[in-house]
Amino acid sequence: MTEFRLYMLQRLSALVMAPFVLLHIGVMIYAIRDGISAAEILGRTQGSVLWFTFYATFVVAVSIHAALGLRIVLSEWAGLRGPTREITSLAIGLGLFALGANAVWSVTAGGTS
Amino acid sequence: MAEVLQQDPMRVTVLRGGPGAPMRPETFEVPLYESQTVLDVVSWIQQNSDPTLSYRFACRVGMCGSCAMMVNGVPRWTCRTHVQKVLVGGAIEVGPLRNLPVIKDLAVDMDPFFDKWVEAEGRHHPTRTRDDGIAPIDPESADRQQATAGIECINCSVCYAACDTVAGNPDYLGPAALQRAWTLYNDEKNADRGSILDAVSGKGGCHFCHSMGSCTIYCPNELNPLAAIAGLKSATARRFFGRRDR
Repeated sequence: MTEFRLYMLQRLSALVMAPFVLLHIGVMIYAIRDGISAAEILGRTQGSVLWFTFYATFVVAVSIHAALGLRIVLSEWAGLRGPTREITSLAIGLGLFALGANAVWSVTAGGTS
Repeated sequence: MAEVLQQDPMRVTVLRGGPGAPMRPETFEVPLYESQTVLDVVSWIQQNSDPTLSYRFACRVGMCGSCAMMVNGVPRWTCRTHVQKVLVGGAIEVGPLRNLPVIKDLAVDMDPFFDKWVEAEGRHHPTRTRDDGIAPIDPESADRQQATAGIECINCSVCYAACDTVAGNPDYLGPAALQRAWTLYNDEKNADRGSILDAVSGKGGCHFCHSMGSCTIYCPNELNPLAAIAGLKSATARRFFGRRDR
């Protein structure tokens, strides 16, 4: 993939993340204003296609955005070049995706209690 | 000879060396004159203290872009920099331009800088032949205004030396070459906008700019390479989304 396409991918993933961050924080503030337990949260998220789609998209965007940003940092600050840089940034992206996907699955999968 | 302004000479530390000789500071005492420039100081050292000091200059009036050096750690055109404005406690430090290989002392190899002008497709793509008439250009048109904004570049490499992205990424084309590309992109007499956008979208292209703006801060001609690079980013994004150029 060309450098320009990677640049666009990072900017477009940022475009996705910006409203998601606001919505994520907004919902958190709204949801906990009168106190809410973990069980109550899971009661709303488990089995919810909406929350699964929202956070799964969020995780994909974060994984792409962060990995591509760190790819440049690794190049300019750590002097990594060539395959070393590409493999390292890919591993960062896959690692973030694995952590995020695990979290999303944990709170959205399961029965509709 | 202008009048000596004070009895105590200024202390001028010059970074000297080159390939095979690590850079080392050497301090000279130089009399302070009225209206003295940093280039005058360097010339005084070469003519009166050490004739082996190497540096580069030509016009002495801020037109040729030959005499740029690091002065107190920042890039400046030395022929138009008054010593009294940069003296700190009666001393200054002068060194070779950052981000370019040193040939000897204060003279750097400008080849990487100019090679990148070519890499950025900084050459004219004519719309007509020599047998055609001259195309009329409206100086007030938006494109011409954009092109005009960048044409006073004197190729001094001050922006290139100021740029932290160049320091971190040897492939990066740098502010001057990208500003040249943007100027040509907006030139109505330039036929091939696409090849310019291709040239500035590669592994050292405009998209690596972090918009820190050192180029614009230090440009001695008060040009705005940062805005030119932003223009190129915008033009490449427009093309990505299928917006046609003229």
